[in-house]
Amino acid sequence: MAAKTGKSFIGRFGVHIAVLVFVTIWTIPTLGILVSSLRDKDQIVASGWWNSFASSSQSEAGRLPAASAQTQKDGKYVIEGNIFGDGPKREISAFGVKSAAPTQYKAGSVADLNDGVSLQMNADGGFVLSSPKAFEGDRGQRVYFASSAPPKFTTDNYQAVLFSEGIGRSFMNSLTVTIPATVIPILIAAFAAYALAWMRFPGRALLIAVIIGLLVVPLQMSLIPLLRLYNGVGTFFGVPSKTYLGIWLAHTGFGLPFAIYLLRSYIAGLPREIMESARIDGASDFEIFVKIVLPLSFPVLASFAIFQFLWVWNDLLVAMVFLGTAPDQIVLTAKLNALLGSRGGNWEILTTSAFITIIVPLIVFFSLQRYFVRGLLAGSVKGG
Amino acid sequence: MAAQIFSAIFVIIIGVGGCVAYFWGANRLLDLIFPSRGVSGGAAINNLRRQGYVRPWLFVGPALIILTVYLIYPMIATLWLSFFDRGGTSFVGLANYEWAAGDHDLRNSILNNILWLAVVPAACTFLGLIIAVLTDKIWWGTIAKSLIFLPLAISFVGASVIWKFIYEYRGEGQIQIGLLNAIIQYFGGQPQVWISLPFWNNFFLMVILIWIQTGFAMVILSSALRGIPEETLEAAVIDGANPFQIFWKIMVPQIWGTIAVVWTTITILVLKVFDIVLTMTNGQWNSQVLANLMFDWMFRGGGDFGRGATIAIIIMIAVIPIMVWNIRQANKETGGH
Repeated sequence: MAAKTGKSFIGRFGVHIAVLVFVTIWTIPTLGILVSSLRDKDQIVASGWWNSFASSSQSEAGRLPAASAQTQKDGKYVIEGNIFGDGPKREISAFGVKSAAPTQYKAGSVADLNDGVSLQMNADGGFVLSSPKAFEGDRGQRVYFASSAPPKFTTDNYQAVLFSEGIGRSFMNSLTVTIPATVIPILIAAFAAYALAWMRFPGRALLIAVIIGLLVVPLQMSLIPLLRLYNGVGTFFGVPSKTYLGIWLAHTGFGLPFAIYLLRSYIAGLPREIMESARIDGASDFEIFVKIVLPLSFPVLASFAIFQFLWVWNDLLVAMVFLGTAPDQIVLTAKLNALLGSRGGNWEILTTSAFITIIVPLIVFFSLQRYFVRGLLAGSVKGG
Repeated sequence: MAAQIFSAIFVIIIGVGGCVAYFWGANRLLDLIFPSRGVSGGAAINNLRRQGYVRPWLFVGPALIILTVYLIYPMIATLWLSFFDRGGTSFVGLANYEWAAGDHDLRNSILNNILWLAVVPAACTFLGLIIAVLTDKIWWGTIAKSLIFLPLAISFVGASVIWKFIYEYRGEGQIQIGLLNAIIQYFGGQPQVWISLPFWNNFFLMVILIWIQTGFAMVILSSALRGIPEETLEAAVIDGANPFQIFWKIMVPQIWGTIAVVWTTITILVLKVFDIVLTMTNGQWNSQVLANLMFDWMFRGGGDFGRGATIAIIIMIAVIPIMVWNIRQANKETGGH
């Protein structure tokens, strides 16, 4: 199919360009937070992240100290110091004293101002203003300069976010929620899927239809009654209603229709001969399932596990309803949402936290993409 | 925290061990009650038949119980609760639905949802299809597909932060650190507070979902495109069809079924979209949608379960046609197997 359309050089070139444009648009947003999360927090607000590899240069203005700071040296009146004071140092490339010509003089050179007054400003911000007459007035000389700060990358943001913003703890909470909620449904769904694929019993067709129907039922339909149920159970037994056990079971329930559907369509496609020859050899359904079906179903079990892992890890709604917001329960997505409210302008915290929340799914996704795609295809093209 | 990790590991062991114990034990018990070995032939056949009645239910039992508790019972209860007051205790008839018909926020949410439904599935499917066709033609197509597919692994909240950073606004004349405003300013335009522009902000939120879901559409459609028989394309080329004709008249009609599947899958996702709106605007500036409005009512002022349930029912009603279509498709395909 390739190369049959777009034979011309221009056509092929156009395809490359078009794909490149799409790829760029799709990657740039993620790249933005990755780069920003590694930048110095003062630089994040000083320049766009796309400029972060260049020295960030900017025009600044400052005022030299007033006349009271002058000293006498060799018969001249001198004001000395550093324009950056005690603040962070930047490199000055040029300076000036008129707003119309802010970069009139190169750094290190001596500028002749009127009346024999001269100003020298060095690249490190140090300046010497000298005059034959005493300076007067309580406002110092106005200066303009172009400064540039070298690109600065740091992992400080990660340290700050992991240990003092509570993201590290939330990371553990997310793992605590995700791993059991991924493992528990697999076996339950596998048994049900085998029964629905290979055992004959009344009501089977109806059950399959119900499960396919449940595939699309919005989560929202379950939330309120389950919340009431959990509160009721909590009150009745005198235990907290927001527990890890509660959310594990909830995720198991919400994941089951897809699990059963996905596994059933795979298990139903296993060759009949294998099952029958095993049965003739006297194997029971249980033995067939454990010894033949489970090992053969490994690829689809992996697909489902990846799906469920990503879905639980990325979930916000279920976590917000069934878990509390205290540090010992808040998961990464909920924490990130809370930070958006409380740290709205602190992009060094937000970008870093966001990158920490997406790194695990990205690793899972890239290392197991094959299974993920297979599950995606099986889950939606067939029947669904 | 150590206790938490310990309890998680404990639960995995208990959960998995419990499942194994249940399935093995129940199966064993069945063999003991209706033995098929060591009894006379007639009895053995009878017992095997009885086993055959019971065993499927042992296998589907746990799944059935969980599905009932977590999905089937709540569906009925939600319908039931939509006729009750905020605490879910006293019957109020159709009052919640009357409220729903007249509520300004709700009407606004429905209109926004319709807008989302009109734009997002179409955009994802269209872009996904184009990218699938284009990447099929080049040697680095697999890498390109991986990169476009990647946002699918990112949570809606994470994606919201990513895009909020792109939409970030600084006052005019200041250095823009948001990419969109920086581009606008570079070309001499006015920087805008994108997510608070009424009506248009909906589209800026939709972009996030499109960014996430295009990869999904692309993968599914790409595999469908590979399934198109070579001969049909060759025949078209021989007949002198140009690339556009081949795309629209030969390829698209042959994958129509898959396009429908992608479209409906994303449609359902759009109806449930919640995280993006909550994190970007929380429904301010007329960007409310049903799922977020429902969440709002569930917890607002202690929560109004009646109204929350009513909004859930409205979402459900929108899903039902797709649900029916799905079940019929599946029945057609499997023939009841």
